[in-house]
Amino acid sequence: MKYLLTALLTGITALAFAQSKFFTRNGTVTFFSSAPLEDITAKNYSTIAVLDTETGNIEFSALMKSFEFKKALMQEHFNENYVESDKFPKAVFVGSVRNLSMVDFNKDGAYDTEVSGEMTIHGISQRLTAAGQIIKRGERISLQSKFILKPEDYEIKIPDLVRDKIAQEIEVTVKAELEELKR
Amino acid sequence: MIKNYFLLTSLLLFGFHSFSQESLLDLLVEEERTEYTTASFKTTRIINTQSIENLASGVLDLKISHRFGRVNRGINDFFGLDQATIRLGLDYGITDRLMVGIGRSTVQKAVDGFAKYKMLRQSSGKVDMPISLSWYSNVLVVTQDFPNPERDNEFKHRLFFTHQLLAARKFNSGTSIMLMPTLIHRNLVESTQVDNDVLALGLGGRQKITNRVALTFEYFYVLPNQIDDIYKNSLSLGFDIETGGHVFQLHFTNSLGMMDKQYITETTGDWGAGDIHFGFNISRVFTLKEPKRKPNE
Repeated sequence: MKYLLTALLTGITALAFAQSKFFTRNGTVTFFSSAPLEDITAKNYSTIAVLDTETGNIEFSALMKSFEFKKALMQEHFNENYVESDKFPKAVFVGSVRNLSMVDFNKDGAYDTEVSGEMTIHGISQRLTAAGQIIKRGERISLQSKFILKPEDYEIKIPDLVRDKIAQEIEVTVKAELEELKR
Repeated sequence: MIKNYFLLTSLLLFGFHSFSQESLLDLLVEEERTEYTTASFKTTRIINTQSIENLASGVLDLKISHRFGRVNRGINDFFGLDQATIRLGLDYGITDRLMVGIGRSTVQKAVDGFAKYKMLRQSSGKVDMPISLSWYSNVLVVTQDFPNPERDNEFKHRLFFTHQLLAARKFNSGTSIMLMPTLIHRNLVESTQVDNDVLALGLGGRQKITNRVALTFEYFYVLPNQIDDIYKNSLSLGFDIETGGHVFQLHFTNSLGMMDKQYITETTGDWGAGDIHFGFNISRVFTLKEPKRKPNE
């Protein structure tokens, strides 16, 4: 009786954990700023993403210092002057897939989705809704999304002097290839 | 017995419950990584002296440095601004750890060349390193006429060498301090009374005021009984202002020369007497070679 109950409870617990979580540590986040004087691109190759296919919850975390720029000085200024990486080392998104019922994780295919949640950058949290795609292929799940962020929404100040070099709207592209999280 | 079941059940349920409340990101054990300290100083110089910073690989830095006359010359000389001496320099980052540079100074019509290599990088996390350490060596060729033409002068008497260790620590995002034990070898000195080798210890630092403006200082203490008494220790105070691709450094110093042997062993200005030179360095960087992994691929 005692063993049966223990086994049952353990079984239930294990079941609840099993096979519904997918993750990566190598997601890419690219941002692109197009301004009259300069186009700036930066890429983060080590973004963490976790998706729970059962609840539709999805989370991203990117280290600000891992954004790579073409110009070393730009990268330094990004960290030192704009996002203040020492104080706010990460950008984090916590949200959920709104139309989860449209996604069949048992069938290969590309599903258009909308994700909404809270984006935290530079210590400031903002609601964010972004359109994207969930692509199920075999054992893997790919995520793709593109959306616009405004630095001023996150209290990232851009001096007038460099106004013509940094756009007021930054285009962000997210790509992540997730695999099953085995525990 | 019943009690035990109850305990077990509630433990498991509680465990399950708390688990479902957790953030998904917490499921991943964070990999410990090494975080290297960056931007201890705004640019590769504090004022006259080298800072712990290196240019990134493939970056060219054009440096234009001015020192004006002494401010105590008064209004007749527009507080020294009538007289300007300059150094034009080009620095280049060969790798992220090795940079080289050349320059030409008005003072003594000197041409210089240097190399700086970063041996240790301050870091925290997986690799914990309290300081950054660099090696700096410089050769300076004085091309102006020899002070004593009757003497049997050869080319080697134009050469001066500096070797320096730079040990820096960034204490927090705003404060960095650097120690610089320095050896200067002079192939030609004024008299047999003074040494060819001069040992000095430098101290430098910066304190950020805002994200783009920082206060800087540097001081060189020459160990006693090595150089003539007329020479003073070099003390410079200034600030760094950074605007996009430029860094402006404005400062006050009792040294006129901008190269190591000139400001460390040949400073004649006395701060107390107002022998202070106003000066500035302008740095403009050009990225000649982009990193191999292009971010916009």
